[in-house]
Amino acid sequence: MTLAAAVGTVAHATTTTLTTAAEARGFLSPTGVEIAFLLVGLVTFGAAVVTVTTRQLVHAALWLVVALGGLAVEYLLLTAEFIAWVQVLIYVGSVVVLLLFGLMLTRAPIGRSPDADSGNRRVALAVAVTAAVALVWVVVDAFRTTWIDLDGTPAGSTDVTGASLFQHWVLPFEALSVLLLAALVGAIVLSRRANTAAAAREAEARERGAGATHGTPHGTPHGAPAESAPEPASGPSPEPARAPTARRRDAEGNR
Amino acid sequence: MHLAYPVVLSALLFCTGLYGVLARRNAILVLMSVELMLNAVNLNLVAFDVWLSRTAEETLHSGQALALFTIAIAAAEIGIGLAIVLAVHRNRGTANIDKLRDTAEGPGPDAPDGPGGSGGPGGAASDSDDAPTTRAAVTKAEATA
Repeated sequence: MTLAAAVGTVAHATTTTLTTAAEARGFLSPTGVEIAFLLVGLVTFGAAVVTVTTRQLVHAALWLVVALGGLAVEYLLLTAEFIAWVQVLIYVGSVVVLLLFGLMLTRAPIGRSPDADSGNRRVALAVAVTAAVALVWVVVDAFRTTWIDLDGTPAGSTDVTGASLFQHWVLPFEALSVLLLAALVGAIVLSRRANTAAAAREAEARERGAGATHGTPHGTPHGAPAESAPEPASGPSPEPARAPTARRRDAEGNR
Repeated sequence: MHLAYPVVLSALLFCTGLYGVLARRNAILVLMSVELMLNAVNLNLVAFDVWLSRTAEETLHSGQALALFTIAIAAAEIGIGLAIVLAVHRNRGTANIDKLRDTAEGPGPDAPDGPGGSGGPGGAASDSDDAPTTRAAVTKAEATA
């Protein structure tokens, strides 16, 4: 816990508050760790608030990185080192990248989107503030006289975590691996095209529409069935001419 | 460290995520808020595990194990959730959860084909076909878009 130790020595020299039970220990001063925890917690909470209130969708994902990274620092301050690095690897490394991919694949607007928030914002704010007041009140009242002892060996080093995970938690661990496999297969199945026959038909229609509109650069819908008359292509051939308008309208609706 | 610090931070983060889930309109922003709520729970688990591992004589480190499990389940959840959002966006052309009202009852924009119904006159203005086939073609183009 070199981070907490350094912060503790720095902050212990400057503050003279909070006569806790563990003040006499000096080197790993709880006061310094508390102050560091408070500062990082303020940054984390502010980033989380910006994440849920900003109108720029990509900025929301980037502020989420700050919030999750701040939580990783909080885990380090709580001497749970393994969880902290797992948090950095999985959340900051993969989940946020996946969210950014999702934002790009759903054609999220880059700039400010005026209606990122729903119409029931005031109700949501009332519910959230009520829940926050109730939770903080109950929790502070319940754990008013409780201190965490952060001295000694780290509570969450890789040694300790691995030993407990593979001695007492082996069966849930293996079940979790099966769940991850199921999630992988499910994500692939969901993100494939549902009907390959429909996809092939659509590709064929698009190819035919491209061939039909090749002669006239801006093919009118009347010109397309005239060129490929004997086929049943009169049904699907207007699709490529109309699909861009539909997509543009959907993008406007999304925005 | 006083136990109230991580616990209060966890409560505040959870309520921030709650606000995001209730107030956001884009489905991916809702997923981000769900991630914030899961992280608040993780912070609680880790804080109580560190506290109890000092006070208890024999500990299973259940809090940290459960935090790891929560992280793994959150990764699976975000994969499945994004796949669902992408499938909905491919079929409906929007990730706006206020417009996905197929199973909704009561007042409101009650057309079962809401985007098609609202876009029907615009499509009819730019086309020479009659109205019902335009509606059908527009919905078909949306279904295959």
